[in-house]
Amino acid sequence: MSLRDSLARSLHAPLDDVSAEAGFAEDHPPRMGFFTDTSVCIGCKACEVACKQWNDVPDDGYALTGMSYDNTEALGSTTWRHVAFIEKPATVTSTDLGLPGMGPPGFEGYESGVPHGEDQSTASGEGGLTWLMSSDVCKHCTHAACLDVCPTGSLFRTEFGTVVVQPDICNGCGYCVPACPYGVIDLDKEDGRAFKCTLCYDRLKDNQTPACAQACPTESIQFGEVSELRERAAGRVAELHEKGVDVARLYGADPEDGVGGDGAFFLLLDEPEVYGLPPDPVVTTRDLGAMWRHVGAAAGLLGALAAAAFAGRGR
Amino acid sequence: MAEAHPVGFQWVMEAKRKGATIIHVDPRFTRTSAVADLHLPIRAGSDIAFLGGLVNHVLSNELDFREYVVAYTNAANLIHDGFQDTEDLDGLFSGWDTESASYDPSTWQYRGGEVAPAAGQRDAGQATGGTTDALGDDGDDQDSSENHEAASSESHGSGGAPVSSKGERDETLQDPRCVYQILKRHFARYTPEMVQRVCGIRPEQFAQVAEALTRNSGRERTSAIAYAVGWTHHSTGAQTIRTAAILQTLLGNIGRPGGGILALRGHASIQGSTDIPTLFNILPGYLPMPHAAEHVDLDSYVANDAGATGFWGNMRSYAVSLLKSYWGEAATAENDFCFDYLPRLTGDHSTYTTVKAQIEGRCKGYFVVGENPAVGSANGKMQRLGMANLDWMVVRDLQMIESATFWKDGPEIETGELVTEEIGTEIFFLPAATHVEKSGSFTQTQRMLQWRDKAVSPPGDARSELDFYFELGNRIRAKLAGSADEMDRPLLDLEWDYPVDDHGEIEPEAVLREINGTDVDGAPLSSYTQLTDDGSTSCGCWIYCGVYADGVNQSRRRKPHWEQDQVASEWGWVWPANRRILYNRASAAPDGSPWSERKRYVWWDADQGSWVGSDVPDFIVDRPPDHVPADGATGPDAIGGQDPFIMQTDGKAWLFAPLGVADGPLPAHYEPPESPVHNPLYTQQNNPGRKFIGTPSNPINPSFSEVFPYVFTTYRLTEHHTAGAMSRTLPLLTELQPEAFCEVSPRLAAERGLVHLGWATIATARTAIECRVLVTDRMRSLRLGDQMVEQVGLPYHWGVNGITTGDSPNDLVNVTTDPNVYIQDKVGTCDIRPGRRPRGPALTAYVEDYRERADVDLQHPTDGGTDS
Repeated sequence: MSLRDSLARSLHAPLDDVSAEAGFAEDHPPRMGFFTDTSVCIGCKACEVACKQWNDVPDDGYALTGMSYDNTEALGSTTWRHVAFIEKPATVTSTDLGLPGMGPPGFEGYESGVPHGEDQSTASGEGGLTWLMSSDVCKHCTHAACLDVCPTGSLFRTEFGTVVVQPDICNGCGYCVPACPYGVIDLDKEDGRAFKCTLCYDRLKDNQTPACAQACPTESIQFGEVSELRERAAGRVAELHEKGVDVARLYGADPEDGVGGDGAFFLLLDEPEVYGLPPDPVVTTRDLGAMWRHVGAAAGLLGALAAAAFAGRGR
Repeated sequence: MAEAHPVGFQWVMEAKRKGATIIHVDPRFTRTSAVADLHLPIRAGSDIAFLGGLVNHVLSNELDFREYVVAYTNAANLIHDGFQDTEDLDGLFSGWDTESASYDPSTWQYRGGEVAPAAGQRDAGQATGGTTDALGDDGDDQDSSENHEAASSESHGSGGAPVSSKGERDETLQDPRCVYQILKRHFARYTPEMVQRVCGIRPEQFAQVAEALTRNSGRERTSAIAYAVGWTHHSTGAQTIRTAAILQTLLGNIGRPGGGILALRGHASIQGSTDIPTLFNILPGYLPMPHAAEHVDLDSYVANDAGATGFWGNMRSYAVSLLKSYWGEAATAENDFCFDYLPRLTGDHSTYTTVKAQIEGRCKGYFVVGENPAVGSANGKMQRLGMANLDWMVVRDLQMIESATFWKDGPEIETGELVTEEIGTEIFFLPAATHVEKSGSFTQTQRMLQWRDKAVSPPGDARSELDFYFELGNRIRAKLAGSADEMDRPLLDLEWDYPVDDHGEIEPEAVLREINGTDVDGAPLSSYTQLTDDGSTSCGCWIYCGVYADGVNQSRRRKPHWEQDQVASEWGWVWPANRRILYNRASAAPDGSPWSERKRYVWWDADQGSWVGSDVPDFIVDRPPDHVPADGATGPDAIGGQDPFIMQTDGKAWLFAPLGVADGPLPAHYEPPESPVHNPLYTQQNNPGRKFIGTPSNPINPSFSEVFPYVFTTYRLTEHHTAGAMSRTLPLLTELQPEAFCEVSPRLAAERGLVHLGWATIATARTAIECRVLVTDRMRSLRLGDQMVEQVGLPYHWGVNGITTGDSPNDLVNVTTDPNVYIQDKVGTCDIRPGRRPRGPALTAYVEDYRERADVDLQHPTDGGTDS
């Protein structure tokens, strides 16, 4: 394997053991993460509050945004969990039942005459509505560009495979901010340092569940070993598909994706863009190897040209 | 439910995951709607018409659970020949007396049952009822107008009014005078088309609900109905719950696992503060508060029930044990167990009547504890005018709430209606401990007591309620010590010797032990059946007897559900007798066998000669299903083997209420006191029994007025807690919903020129408020026949204090109350206009202009212009 190959692979390809790759000894704990199942999210925001309370994160102002019930807008230095609310007309087909007492055609398999689904499309009055709710968080990427670009070592990979910022080392250079393909990490407006979800590193070290998952009343936020969560998530998608919820899909669960899979991944009920998530995130340092190769080639070419020029002069 | 009770809603999500169908009926599309299978937008205040439609669907298609209905309800009972229905009297029942504005229920009785002789006593207040619009009528003596009412119906919370006989029954249900046939005729006009005209619910969607509910009810399946206070905060609130009860009873969904009507109450322990009440008309365990005129002694107090059948027949034991817990050694058989020490009712002393008395200068002192009436109660102006007219007021709260500061920054100070220097009320603000700073129990909606331990001590001078009242008692008793005045005996004779801890704070478990009750040796009792009427037992609340059984705080049990069966009877403690499902005898067929294997819960085991199951049977445990009580039996002896509803005097669920409901034996849809809609069901527009609070600060918008063309209703957001003191004072909650807003449909926004995120002013005859606007599809325009109805949704959490401030939507709500429980109607009519409201005195002029245009006369403030 050439240096180039190995460099490229380590920055975006599937990686079985992120902690080992970061240098932890073999007996390190398993990789821990979140599976956020938005199909059961009720938008209570307990995760946002629990996160801020535990991590002592300040409020981010008191402005009515008009974005449905979302007034914290996006992940940032003072919002490490963020619940999005998306209102849109639903494509619920209302069924003409004819006379009362007759079951609707096409729903024989159900106990009731109501179209039963978990896609959060609700028939309502004339027409239907979808009110999607989803709790977003740092993805704790397998290949975390924020970590790759951090010049101080403030961002580091923990023994749990999570990505954490150490504010006491952060120098506020901000390289991590554009490096994140999800726009998660951000500099604090007051003190200039970078902040984001730590996956409650302190709680993990005490064998505790992260605050957001602990507070979630509907198990929309599930915490556990990433390998086990991926299985659970696949099972949940299959279950929803079986129930006819074709729109259910996983986001960030695939180790083959552009970031090598996320440590915090999601079950969504619509296109990622609807939730404000990039459809095909790629670790921004993915092409670092290729870039260096090009730089090398360009340097070589310049050198050759220079040599040729000198050679030409000699003639 | 997801909006106001997100933690409890986890179980709905769990049910959904297991295949349950979730149907949500609500004027707005909420977080609950988002995850429901079907959302029915409904016009606020039309719930009885919707539920009545479902009752009609069940009856006209004979979809009721017939065996259950015949055996366990009063469907077969024949009703008095003099009874006339709303069908006969165009919206009124027989017995209506226009002068007193109340019903005489004597024609609602069972035929063949003597008219319960004592019922007139227990319900005397009601029979002569009618707080009339005193100020509007003739300015008569205010005291006399309130003497009529003592809200006796509330005292049936755990029982049911006394009916002394099972009456004549026709178990074929064919007799035209039987309850089943009366019900059928009564609800026949509640057709799907009528539901659409009243509620704005489309017939197809109504059919979906009817189909889902009936298909999921019966022998093999049960359905549950959960409601929050959106059902009760109406001038017809008690009847809305009655309609749901009729529906669930017809479908066999009561007393069985997965069934029931689940009241999601407004605060953490509101159930507890009804059981051990903060209400004026009941004592602990739903014993009625004695009435000055009727209850001269203990004998007359318990007379109504002494000869009654069912468990209320033992009321004397419960009452004597309560008196013993209050006055201990001082309470003896010779002195009627100090019965005379109990305060007496002279009439309606409910909260809104009290506020009116404050305004009129008849009520001089006020304790405001854990409430914020200036923001949380209907018609905030009335509340503040009352509080401004006191001698003293004590406010105990976690935060400096609006009710403690109205004298300097209330809306009336801004308008000049009140002047700080002229307010004589002396206000004492006392900081209170939070729930983590004190130990104690919460009683939740399942009647479950759950104990919590103190995590940290309260800061500074903050104290728990328990500690505060204990100390207040100590100081008052010290001041009175040595007094020879008879008036002081009740205080001086109190048993007030509670143990205290190292910090001098009273031990909460000692109070729980007192509530549980003890025998003559001071040992804890384990069941209310042990209570006696000879003074040898003491019990602070008979229905809580057993919570300290074996000297153990049973409410503190926390055995996880995965370590026990699905009833989980070792988690907390549920009154009565740790029974998780009330009336669970009904989970078995009349012969005692389970209705189905799937719904097996409590059943008769003939070999053991006992009722068995995972739950505590709600029945006399060795009474066989074929038991027929002897003639003339009283108390529990009168309960037959097929009478599951043991707290009812006839052991049956009441589809038809022969007594105890002030506004009729059956529910009927009446429009809210303010409505843009003519009642399509009856000429009678409003609940005839509704109660007015007639005072110039409480004018009613005329119905059908073009000046107030829209409906408004108030509600909660997940992010805030009720009147907001516990949420808009906290940065992490305030940022989530930082500003007061209203929600309107795109159609209404277009009609009035309202802009998303802009300002709106919402006006009623009471006042006008301003807030930001959210234009959203989640507010649905409703089509009622050829009339379109628009609703303005108002989260009510804001006030003048806190991190972010805003006008209080409850200032818009008028005070017209349900005649049973005196709760206000949160639905009203309004106008809405773009832009901010006028400031200062200009606001008063602005509202006055509305009143003039709508022809509202402050001398006759509660006319509404709709009644006959």
